[in-house]
Amino acid sequence: MIDRVAIEPRAPALPRAASAAPSRRRREGWRRLGEAARAGVWWVLSVGIVVALWETAAALNLINPVILPPPHEFIGEIRNQAQFLMPAVGVERTGAHFVALTAIVASVQRVLAGLFLAFVAGILTGTLAFYFGIVRKLTLPTVTLLAPIAPVAWIPLAIVAFGIGDWSAIFVVFVGIYFTLTLATVKAMTNVEPVYLDAARVLGASRIQVMFHVVLPAAIPALFDLVRMNLFGAWMGVLAAEMVGVNTGLGAIVMVGRQMMNMNLTFLGMAMIGLVGFLLDAAFGLVQRRVLWWRRATEL
Amino acid sequence: MTVVAGESLTAGTLTCSGLSKVWNEGTDREVAALTDIDLGVRAGEFLVVIGPSGCGKSTLLKLFAGLERPTAGGLFHDGKPITGPHVDRSLIFQQPSLYPWLSARDNVAFGLKLQGVARRERRQRADEFLRQVGLREFAAKHPHELSGGMQQRVAIARALCVGANILLMDEPFAALDVQTRFQMQSFLLDIWRGSGKTVVFVTHHIDEAVYLADRVVVLTARPGRVLDSVAIDMPRPRSVIGYEFERHRAHFIDRLRAEVAKAFEEQELVEMLDTRIK
Repeated sequence: MIDRVAIEPRAPALPRAASAAPSRRRREGWRRLGEAARAGVWWVLSVGIVVALWETAAALNLINPVILPPPHEFIGEIRNQAQFLMPAVGVERTGAHFVALTAIVASVQRVLAGLFLAFVAGILTGTLAFYFGIVRKLTLPTVTLLAPIAPVAWIPLAIVAFGIGDWSAIFVVFVGIYFTLTLATVKAMTNVEPVYLDAARVLGASRIQVMFHVVLPAAIPALFDLVRMNLFGAWMGVLAAEMVGVNTGLGAIVMVGRQMMNMNLTFLGMAMIGLVGFLLDAAFGLVQRRVLWWRRATEL
Repeated sequence: MTVVAGESLTAGTLTCSGLSKVWNEGTDREVAALTDIDLGVRAGEFLVVIGPSGCGKSTLLKLFAGLERPTAGGLFHDGKPITGPHVDRSLIFQQPSLYPWLSARDNVAFGLKLQGVARRERRQRADEFLRQVGLREFAAKHPHELSGGMQQRVAIARALCVGANILLMDEPFAALDVQTRFQMQSFLLDIWRGSGKTVVFVTHHIDEAVYLADRVVVLTARPGRVLDSVAIDMPRPRSVIGYEFERHRAHFIDRLRAEVAKAFEEQELVEMLDTRIK
């Protein structure tokens, strides 16, 4: 007799079951903390070795400190630029355009604004192209041609069209990702599991309901991934625009350093560019984990 | 089998006549999946369809669900032609089909949401069906936190929640391990018994067919045709051991063996030709 076997929820098959003992959760917390600590040690080692080599080479006069100032020197530059670089509350924006905090804020704002606009516009265009065959046939060939143009290549046009200021930098970010994202949206929507669509149709979904309740949520994770992968590209685009023409922001700081032959300032700018870019990516990962919680178990 | 007097009340009959389906018609990848199928499913009947792999069993269900249009012949639900999907006929898939971004509760309530049922009522009704499938306390969990068997139970609850009178089940337990499979089979019978719902259940598993079915229909190798239709009049709950069960099993094995061999030969022939051409 196989009938009447009690249907018990199989506890072992259930990660993070409602009844999971709190001690297990605590142990899990410790394990994660340990993992993070170990990763941190490797971080320090990795960066530390480079810094140590650099400092040693400078101390032994193997490199010219005017061209390649060692870390302690260019970080010390903060002191000389204190009136520009130290965040002081209530200080009004000074005449100098490379005030670090305003520079960081300006660069980050431009990237985020450009990415956000591109994300919304790309998904919108991609969705329309996916839904209406005529839109797809009319737009995709052009979009495919425009997508491979690097963000940097759009800078001249941006400056001519938008002048010197935020909008040309935002435009560079936008245009660098918009076409790619449009193509990716169409692709992600085409790749949605057919069984998800069938299940919705069987449950009585109309075509437009399938679109909003199934295709869009199923495609969004892939699009988030794409935006995150293009984050560094966008970041580079903004900095390049700032160096070439926009004249404010982190990119401009690096350029001012060169013009004044102050490599300390240039390297300080570069260090900030790296750090802020890294933090942006980390923040994006955090947001992704929040918004796409259902993938935590598998892909993220 | 005597037909219960309530048949006309609890409607849920399916019929098809002269049904044929050809995939990729008019291309060089044309495949005849089903040829000239005549079949009637009574209201409240548990019909199991078996046949060798690739014989068009799943195609038959998709046609009944209204997801595909037949190449020839007609399909009828309570005498009315089937022209598209309808909430009254729900299809339960072999592969996971729950939406990973929705909780178990929201998955079950998905059909109601499409109908514009208010949120509170939706949740209430979804929880009711989750309780029926024994997963009330997992309402807030997401599919990846549930085992395969639990996911299929949520899928069944989802079909029941929109009020489907006919459950079309496409090898729903094939991906589960043997233990879970046994549990799911008796669970399904519990749900079905006394509900008046019609079930069309596709499997290639003979034991499963004999254990579950009021009637078993055997399809031939591709293109699928009805080879045999046998009523299983064993009393329920059934035992999977004993003379009666073995007799039915032997019968179907016998019927299927020739067909499986045929399907296999054809496959080999196709592969042989393929390599020749290459």
